Amino acid sequence: MADLPETTPALHGVMAEYDSGQALVDAARKTMAHGFTQVEAYSPVPIEDLNTIIHKSRTVLPGLVLTGGLTGMATGFALQYWASVIEYPMNIGGRPMASWTTFIVPSYELTILFSALTAAIGMIVLNGLPQPYHPVFNVGRFSMASSDKFFLVIESRDPKFDAAAAFLRETGAKGVYDVAE
Amino acid sequence: MADLNIHRPMALQETPVILPGHDFETVTETIAEIPLSKRFPLGWIGIFAIALAGAGMLHMALGYLVLKGIGIWGNQIPVGWAFDIINFVWWIGIGHAGTLISAILLLFKQQWRMSISRFAEAMTIFAVACAAIFPVFHTGRPWLAAYWLFPYPNAMGLWPQFKSPLIWDVFAVSTYATVSVVFWYVGLIPDLASMRDRATSKLKAVLYGMASLGWRGSARHWHRYEVASLILAGLSTPLVLSVHTVVSFDFAVSLIPGWHATIFPPYFVAGAIYSGFAMVLTLAIPVRRFYGMESLITMRHIDNMAKVMLATGLIVGYGYSMEAFFAWYSANPHEQFMMYNRMFGPYGWSYWTLISINVVMIQLLWFKSIRTNTLGLFIMSIFVNIGMWLERFVIIVTSLANDFVPSSWGMYYPTRWDFMTFFGTIGLFLTLFLLFLRFVPMISIFEVKTLLPQAKVKAES
Repeated sequence: MADLPETTPALHGVMAEYDSGQALVDAARKTMAHGFTQVEAYSPVPIEDLNTIIHKSRTVLPGLVLTGGLTGMATGFALQYWASVIEYPMNIGGRPMASWTTFIVPSYELTILFSALTAAIGMIVLNGLPQPYHPVFNVGRFSMASSDKFFLVIESRDPKFDAAAAFLRETGAKGVYDVAE
Repeated sequence: MADLNIHRPMALQETPVILPGHDFETVTETIAEIPLSKRFPLGWIGIFAIALAGAGMLHMALGYLVLKGIGIWGNQIPVGWAFDIINFVWWIGIGHAGTLISAILLLFKQQWRMSISRFAEAMTIFAVACAAIFPVFHTGRPWLAAYWLFPYPNAMGLWPQFKSPLIWDVFAVSTYATVSVVFWYVGLIPDLASMRDRATSKLKAVLYGMASLGWRGSARHWHRYEVASLILAGLSTPLVLSVHTVVSFDFAVSLIPGWHATIFPPYFVAGAIYSGFAMVLTLAIPVRRFYGMESLITMRHIDNMAKVMLATGLIVGYGYSMEAFFAWYSANPHEQFMMYNRMFGPYGWSYWTLISINVVMIQLLWFKSIRTNTLGLFIMSIFVNIGMWLERFVIIVTSLANDFVPSSWGMYYPTRWDFMTFFGTIGLFLTLFLLFLRFVPMISIFEVKTLLPQAKVKAES
């Protein structure tokens, strides 16, 4: 592509800045109603409605955690059964080798261990983390996204992107910035 | 909160969980400036030096133990479990308050938990780390402890005995330690991003940035984050209740008089939360004073923690009375002797000291004037820590020293190495806690912000 004339740098999208969670939610509702599809919002605190407004889908995490927990329970039980019955049988006070009641506690603990690790690692991986670079960090004002400012981004992949900057200025934004790729 | 107070008479109005005058920016500033500042306050350095000396003493005591063997401790037959298990149970119990605050109070939507959850959880992790030292070194040869404790295919072809509560305890405590660290770190991620964005030097920005994993706070991020936090809280709740239950099984499943009691699991869990809240108060009262956090850790928090301490302390007192009742009602001479020996035997002083702290002294907490007197509460919280240590001493040592057959009785006397190891773990705990205060935001920035009006969003009409 070296022979093509240099144009403006590639854009990830345009970003609008707001002062409150309410302003961001109002703007997100307007943006979605206007037919934009490639939208993301950034806030310093969790805002419950925001994901429903923009993405309309819930995470698969609870299902993964359930699977992780059942795996943990099965692992714990199988480990103890195998060690106490097959590999290293020990007669303890004449009790049956497979005395499952005594296997409850380690199985229970491994259920919780596997579920918790699935929840934490699942959240991190589904969120695409760790991700040291992301275009939104190119906007200087974005460092306030972890303090007290709220941001809405319409990405350049959006079919209606050409109208995005003008549209965002009318949503009550305190500022609208280009986000370099 | 404030609107609820309007219709109440002045005397009944509660202090809010955040004092007026805070917004998003001031909250971030107040909390984040401590880890980001270049200065190490003189008081911090002084206490850190003392704590580090304590940790050094621990290192020496454990080093000598490894050289000489556990004969340097006072443990003898018949008292084969002594300081090591007392301190293990004491530290694990202290940890329980952190999980209660961060998990159980989250499920109950208690907003006052947000200002104290971060450092209470840090306290949990450091307390569990100190606890783990004792059983591992009690094995005498900790480098061999792996195959005694963990099931893995080893060269001897040996496997742990899964019908023993001791191996259940290994699973419970190691799961508890892991889940506590994971829960704490997940809670830290958004705050580490705040630290990255405010960092004053390139190095800090890079380090906090790597630790925050590149958190951006997008709507999708937060949605998955909130789901994960709720699940982790839901998992930690039964976990924390199971941990001290399993610790109590170490005793209750045996046949020793004074240990073989069905009341042990709930009584141990209540005692754990009681001592844990005492430790949170011991740490929170000086921290809020010296770091000027009175507007975020208000008198409301102090008062609520004192109330939890009173409630759980009363359950513990009920446990003591039931132990005495069971001993009498069992009509079993060994049980009856055990109780008589606890009260009037050679260790009677420890029983009456613990009763005067855990049953008599805590009645002072019925008075609001005591619950809101930080100095008085600080002193009481230290006494509660001592009382709960003595409770474990009474349970473990008196039961073992005088069991069924008088010919096998014997007294237990701790050695200087026992004391050095115990006070050494306090030094290690304080060292870790001071490093935490210095380098990590001690209060959850984003959670406190959710309490402010700026975060409130109206539902769509």
